[in-house]
Formats: sequence, structure tokens, C-alpha cells
Amino acid sequence: MIPQLVFYVFATVLLVSATMVITARNPVHSVLFLILAFFNAAGLFLVAGAEFLAMLLVIVYVGAVAVLFLFVVMMLDIDFTQMREGFQRHAPIGACVGGILFVELIMALGNWKMAPDTGIAPLSGAPGLTNTAALGTLIYTHYVLLFQSCGLVLLVAMIGAIVLTLRQTNTGRRQDISKQHARTREDTLVLVDLPLGENVLGNGGFLRPHTSYYENAVPGSYGSGGQAEADKRETGA
Amino acid sequence: MTPAIAPIGLGPYLIVSAALLVLGVFGIFLNRKNVIIILMSMELILLSANLNFVAFSSAHADLSGQIMVLFVLTIAAAEAAIGLAIVTVYFRNRGSIQVEDVTMMKG
Repeated sequence: MIPQLVFYVFATVLLVSATMVITARNPVHSVLFLILAFFNAAGLFLVAGAEFLAMLLVIVYVGAVAVLFLFVVMMLDIDFTQMREGFQRHAPIGACVGGILFVELIMALGNWKMAPDTGIAPLSGAPGLTNTAALGTLIYTHYVLLFQSCGLVLLVAMIGAIVLTLRQTNTGRRQDISKQHARTREDTLVLVDLPLGENVLGNGGFLRPHTSYYENAVPGSYGSGGQAEADKRETGA
Repeated sequence: MTPAIAPIGLGPYLIVSAALLVLGVFGIFLNRKNVIIILMSMELILLSANLNFVAFSSAHADLSGQIMVLFVLTIAAAEAAIGLAIVTVYFRNRGSIQVEDVTMMKG
């Protein structure tokens, strides 16, 4: 009795929050309802006995993907009322397609039968293992190639997202390897004999190396005066 | 060993998953102009596929379904990241995320 009750509570909240995701006026509310939907889907996974995947859903989806959505929604300054145009116009078509799809799916579910003898031994891992351990034994043996290619997909996605959003800006300093390697000690290091009781400001300041800060910087990006400031400091010293 | 899904049965899971899929498709139609909501609807569709995988895996006591869910999760995360990156770049270039204007992005 308890599993049915838990299942129906999770399923109801899941469907209600999924409805709210697609109908909420404010996209931030949409994302928050998406998070609620993921939590309830994790609950359904738990009821079905997939503990590891339930936790993974909470961590990956709620912790990463939904927060990513939230960041983007809040970062972009979008006129969301304008986005709502055509909401009523598209609703009948969508309802029509969705209704047909749902009826088809229900018909398929009603007449669906499992083949009596599929002939494949189920991969259930060793008996007595926890869900996580059983999944682990399968991932690293039967599915190791797929597992590795998943990692590759994630790497490609990461590089792709970085390349897409990287902006060549005029801020910050670039690394100039050859210049770094060609440095001598005289360029960078100055020994100052300080009389007793005097500070370094009276003897040319503290900026060290004297000019290379500004040489390596993108023009106008570093410090207040850039090269001019450095020259003045040099000559004044 | 009886599967954990036994007291509920496969049917309710499949119906919930079908309803979730339909909601996702409906959401794509409903929010034609808002790419972010369309991406969220796609997440709902993938979630319904995952729910099916888990239900069948539990009913047949076969862990392959759960491993497939793992891979679907990976692909969904990658797709969301790339999609949101494209949305960000598009917004930076055009100042809006109107789906209709995307056809101007030729070349």
C-alpha cells in the first residue's frame, strides 16, 4: 500500500510541476518547477529501486543543469512578455498534436506484450550487491566503451561551450612566452640600498619589474596610465 | 528476487512517462518564441525516456536499462550546456532570443 501511495504522490506532483514548467509566465518560475519535477522523478526512480540514478538525477540535474538554466535566465535581460505572444495561437495546434500522441501512446501501451522468450540473459550484476555496486560492475566491464565515449562527449561539450562563449576582450594581460624566456636578471631585479629609516617609495617605488608589466599588457588595459605612467615613473626615479 | 516495481506494476510508470512526453511536446508548441523554455521541454522529454528505461529495467531485473539512463543523462547535460551557450552567444549578438529571427543567422 505504501509504495502505491508514494508512487501516486510523486507522479501527481511530477505531472503538475511539468505542466507549470511549460505554462508559467515567469521563466524563473519555470526553472524552479523544473527542479521540483526532477526531485519527484528522482522519487519515482527510488520507488522503482534505482537508488543510484535517483541520487544522480538530483546531483546532475538539480545541481548542475537546472542551476545552469537559472543562471542563463537571470543573466539575459529578456522581455518575457513579448515572448508570450502567440501563446494562445499555438496552443490548439500543440494540444491537437499532444492529444494525438497521447492517444497513440495509450493505444500502444494497451496492446503491448513482452516477447515470451527474448533469449538474452538479464544483466543484473552479481546477486547481493547494492544498486550502485551492481551498476559499477557493469559499467566498467560490459559497457566500458560506451562509458568512455560518454566522457568524450562531455569533454567535447565542455570545449564547445567554452569556445562558443569565449570573447576576445581587451582586458587582462596576455602571456608572451618568448619575452618571458628572454628576460634577464637586470630587466627584472633591482637592488636598492635603503638608508636607515627611509622607505622604498623615495628610491623609485616598488614596481618591479619596471616596465614589463605594461609591455605585456594589452594597450590601455592594465593600470591607470599604462606605458606613460611607467615612463614617468622611470624618469622620475 | 521480486523487482522493486512489483507492487505498482509497469503500467502506471508507462502512463506517467507518456504524459510527461506529451507535456514536453506540448511545451515546445506552446512556447514557440522562448528558446529557454523549449530547452526545458526537451529536458522533460528526455526525463520521460529515462523514466521508461528505469521502469522496464526494474520490471525485468535487468540493469542495462539503468546504464542507458546514465548515458542519456550525460547526453542531456551536454546538450543543455551547448544549447545554453548558443543562446548566450545569440543574445549577445542580437539582443534577443526570438526563435523567428534565427533564420537570419545564415552563413
